[in-house]
Amino acid sequence: MFKPWLPFEWIVAIRFLREGRLQTVFILVGVAIGVGVIVFMSALLAGLQGNFIARVLSAQSHIQLLPSKEVTRTLHATTPKEVDAAIVQPPLQRLKSMDQWQSVLSTVRRMPDVVVASPVVGGSALAVRGSASRAISLTGVESDDYFLIVKLPDKMVRGASRLTGQDILIGMELASDLGLDVGDKLRVANAAGVATTLTVSGVFDLGNKGANQRSTFVALRTAQSVLDLLGGVTSIEVTVRDVYAAEVIAQRIQAVTGLEADSWIKTGAQFFAALSAQTTANTAIRFFVGLSVAFGIASVLVVSVVQKSREIGILRAMGISRGQVLRVFLLQGGLLGWGGAVLGCVVGAVGLVLWQHLALNADGTPLFPLVLDPVLFAMALGLATVTGLAAAYAPALRAARLNPVEAIHG
Amino acid sequence: MDKPDVVVRLQGVRKAFNVGTGIETEVLHGIDLTLHRGDFCAVMGPSGSGKSTLLNIIGLLDRPTSGLLQMAGEETTQLADQALTRLRGHHIGFVFQYHHLISAFTALENVMMPMLGAAGFPNREMQERAEALLESVGLTPWKNNMANNMSGGQQQRVALARALAMNPALLLADEPTGNLDTKSADAVFALLRRINQEQGTTVLLVTHNPALGAQCDKTIQVVDGLIQT
Repeated sequence: MFKPWLPFEWIVAIRFLREGRLQTVFILVGVAIGVGVIVFMSALLAGLQGNFIARVLSAQSHIQLLPSKEVTRTLHATTPKEVDAAIVQPPLQRLKSMDQWQSVLSTVRRMPDVVVASPVVGGSALAVRGSASRAISLTGVESDDYFLIVKLPDKMVRGASRLTGQDILIGMELASDLGLDVGDKLRVANAAGVATTLTVSGVFDLGNKGANQRSTFVALRTAQSVLDLLGGVTSIEVTVRDVYAAEVIAQRIQAVTGLEADSWIKTGAQFFAALSAQTTANTAIRFFVGLSVAFGIASVLVVSVVQKSREIGILRAMGISRGQVLRVFLLQGGLLGWGGAVLGCVVGAVGLVLWQHLALNADGTPLFPLVLDPVLFAMALGLATVTGLAAAYAPALRAARLNPVEAIHG
Repeated sequence: MDKPDVVVRLQGVRKAFNVGTGIETEVLHGIDLTLHRGDFCAVMGPSGSGKSTLLNIIGLLDRPTSGLLQMAGEETTQLADQALTRLRGHHIGFVFQYHHLISAFTALENVMMPMLGAAGFPNREMQERAEALLESVGLTPWKNNMANNMSGGQQQRVALARALAMNPALLLADEPTGNLDTKSADAVFALLRRINQEQGTTVLLVTHNPALGAQCDKTIQVVDGLIQT
C-alpha cells in the first residue's frame, strides 16, 4: 500500500522502475560501473598527486620570499654634449640581507592563508676536514618554524635534528665523503676564508644524492656569523594552507611587501604542468564516462516511454496532468542516477580498499596512502543524480507530450 | 437557455484529421448533441463512422476542428490543456474496451490512482473510498491482486470502479463489454445501469451490440459522421 508521505509522482516512478525489473537492474549496474570507475580513478589520482606533492613539498617551502634583485641605474644625459651609456652591465648580485625583514615576517605571518613563515640565511661555504674539502650550501634556520616546512626530523638517519649555536646537520653523502659521524667536528669556511668550527649533531637523507652532498643546516645566528650577515636574513620561507593556491598567495605577498615571491608552482613549473595534465586527463575521462551513463539512462527511459505509452494515455485520461507525467519520468531518471551512484560508490570504495591491500611497496606498505574522501562520494552522488535528471528530460518530455487518444488506441 | 441538469452539450462539432495536408479527411460533419443528468445513452453505428472520435471529443481527449463543446457549464474548445485535464479528472470517467489498468499497481491502487493524482498525496479517505468502490463492483477479495493477475471481467470491473473514483457526472464507455464473455459482459452492463440509477451518473456507451443498445434509454446512430435520429 502507498506510503502516505510519498507524493503521487514518486509512487508511480518507483513502481514503474520496480516493474521494469531486468531493465532497471541492468541500467543500475551500468550506472554503478560508471560511477565506480569515476570514484576509484579520482581517489587514486588524488592519492597519487597528494603523495607526489607531499614528497616534493616536504623538502621545500611553498613560497620563497627573496629581496628584490639589484639593478643598474644609468645616468641620463643632461646636456646636449653628453650621451647615454651604450653598454650597461648588469650588476653583481651580492649576498645581502632582506630589508626590514622582521616587519615583513610579521606581515606575512598575519596573512590568513599562511601557515608558517620562517626566516632563512643561505649562502655558499666550504666544509673542510683535514686535507679534504667540499663546497656546501649553508642554510641557517630557526628550527622551531623551519622544521614545520622541511620535515628534517623525519629524515634523520643518525643523531638528532638539534640546532644550537655550534651544531650542524649534514647529508649522508657529505658525511661519507668527509668521514664524519655524529659528534665529529667540522670546519666551515666562508668565501673570505674565515672559518668556524661546528659539531655534527645529525646526519639526514633528503632522498637525493646531490642534496645529500651539498645541503647543510645550522642555526640562524650561526649562519649569520659564518656568512657575515649579522642580523640579516636572505629569504623567508612560507607554507600555505592550500598548496594549489600558492601562486595566487605569492602574488598577494609580492603586492603587499614589494619583495620577490616565488611559489613552488612557478619554480617547479614542469612538475606542476605534469600534475595539471593528469587532472585534465582525469576530467576528460570523467566527462565521457558521465556522458555514456547519461545516454544509457536516456535510452532505457525512451524504451520505457514506448512500453508505457498506453498507461501514460490512461493516466492522462483520468486527469493526470502533463507536468505530473513529466515529473514521473524525470524522477525515474534521477532515481536511476542516484541508485546507480550509491552502488557505484560502494563499488569504488571496495575497489580502493582492495587496491590499498594489493598494490604494495616491496616492504609491504601501501604504494601510497589513499583517502576515502566523503566529499568525493557526495559529489559523485549529486552529479549522477543530476545527470540522471538531465538524461531523463528528453524522454520525459516525450511522455508528457503523448497524445492520449493515440496512446490509448495505439 | 441551459437547463441546470445539462452535463454536456455539443453544437456543430466537426472533426477533421490531417488538416492542411492533401489527405485531409473530415470524420464528424457537424454534431449537435446534449446529454442531461441521468441519461443512459448508447452510441451505435458501423466501424469507421466516427463513434470513437465523438467519444474522445466528448471526453476532452481530443479537440474538435470547429464547433462548440460545453462541459459542466464551461465552454471548452478554447481552454488550455491544463484546464481540460482538470475538467477530465473531475467530471469524466472513462472505461475502455481493453480495460487498461496500470499493471504496476494492485486493483485497489488502480482505483485510488485518479484521487491520488488530483490530491498529490495518498490518504486514508482515498483508500476507504477505493475499497468501497471495489466492494460495490464485488471485487473486495481481489483488491490486493496485481492488475494483470485477474480475469478480463474482473479487470473491467476494476476499470469501472476507477472511472467512478472522482464521482464524475459523465461516464464514457468505449465498448466496455466488447472484449468479454457474455456472462462478464452482462455483469459489467448491469453495473453501469446500477450506477446510472443509483447516482444519476450520465452514461454514454459506444457499442456494436444491438442487444445492449436496446437496453439503453436512448440510442444515437452515427453514420458517416452524422447523427441519424
